[in-house]
Amino acid sequence: MNIKILGPGCRNCITLEKVTREAVAELGLAADIEKVTDYAAIAGYGVMTTPGLVIDDEVVIAGRVPTAAHVRELISARLA
Amino acid sequence: MSAPMRVSSGPRGATVRMVTVLAGLALLWAGLFALNEVAWDVLLGDWLGLDLSERIVDAVHFFFYDTVKILLLLVGMIFVIGLLRTTLRPERVRTFLEGKPLFLSLAMAAVLGALTPFCSCSSIPIFIGFVAAGVPLGVTFAFLIASPLVNEVAVVMLADMFGWEVTGTYVAAGLGLAIGAGWVFSRMSLERWVEDFVFAAPVAALGADGHRPTLGERVEAAREETREILGRVWAWVILGVAVGAGVHGWVPTEFFATYAGPDNPLAVVVATLVGIPLYSNAAGVIPIAEALWAKGMATGTVMAFMMGTVALSIPEFILLKRVLKGPLLGLFFGTVAIGIMIIGFFVNAVF
Repeated sequence: MNIKILGPGCRNCITLEKVTREAVAELGLAADIEKVTDYAAIAGYGVMTTPGLVIDDEVVIAGRVPTAAHVRELISARLA
Repeated sequence: MSAPMRVSSGPRGATVRMVTVLAGLALLWAGLFALNEVAWDVLLGDWLGLDLSERIVDAVHFFFYDTVKILLLLVGMIFVIGLLRTTLRPERVRTFLEGKPLFLSLAMAAVLGALTPFCSCSSIPIFIGFVAAGVPLGVTFAFLIASPLVNEVAVVMLADMFGWEVTGTYVAAGLGLAIGAGWVFSRMSLERWVEDFVFAAPVAALGADGHRPTLGERVEAAREETREILGRVWAWVILGVAVGAGVHGWVPTEFFATYAGPDNPLAVVVATLVGIPLYSNAAGVIPIAEALWAKGMATGTVMAFMMGTVALSIPEFILLKRVLKGPLLGLFFGTVAIGIMIIGFFVNAVF
């Protein structure tokens, strides 16, 4: 599984990364977590409000910081 | 609400239950608001036996009453706007604005910008997203100017501190500034001053567009947004009300009378230029503005100070430098600053 955090590096993006790492650790997954800070690349995902969360090249969250439980749900739903 | 329950009662049952919960919350909110009107009189006056006409007691009373009132207003307003906003994401605004007539899109961009929140580090992705998708630069700027300037936090705090007349003027002036500046930019060909990579950026269509959020998802999104915005501003609100409750007596009146008082014809210019490097959001700057206002600074001058602080800032300058070349960046800051000064002079002349 490949997970990307979209965001130039403001507080919200840092929180999203933290929350995502928590969720991945709780699920005991071996996922690649990558940060995308390049504006053109972020726009390439169609995301305009950061932070954004991309799982296996699908944008699942844009413009808000979810809870760790929510991220866990999103990841679990794509594991099946 | 667990998933099996939703399955057994169907999506309509879930919607009905959600509407009931929302109605209950609205009643609870109204009850708390009404209680706040009397609770502090009873608590401080009757229970603690304090004299409410005493200055210090009055200040304490004002502090508790006003903090609770503003927080309640913010929770209510952010939640309701959050519900509406689930259909109003910048991605959809962009799609909506593509290829509309100029004045319609300028006006829509300003209004939609006012309704759409984004954190300041989103202004670049939004800029790229709009421009790369073919939305004219002027319209994009109208959106980017209106968004920080006019928002629900500003409206609630302004209305509480200055009343509805000033609030209405501020909102109208903010939208007017966004539309006016957008129009000025649309008269010039500025594309050569935008960094090339912006136009080359691949802009994906948003996959989520076909999905209509359910009421449950809207409520969830509104709740998250309320929590997020409140988490960001609550300390400012408390600080602001504390300033409002206490500082009136100690603000150096003479200083402002000399440099930005009613007698100084250049007060608006001074206030705008002082405001720009002060980086703040509405929750932080409005209480300061109120203290200045109470000390006799003219309404338009106060407005220019607030707009300069909220709309233009050095961090924003640094961010926008990534996508705009020098001349356009200067033109953008100059136009907005001049627009703010015009509004300041105009309001001073009218009020």
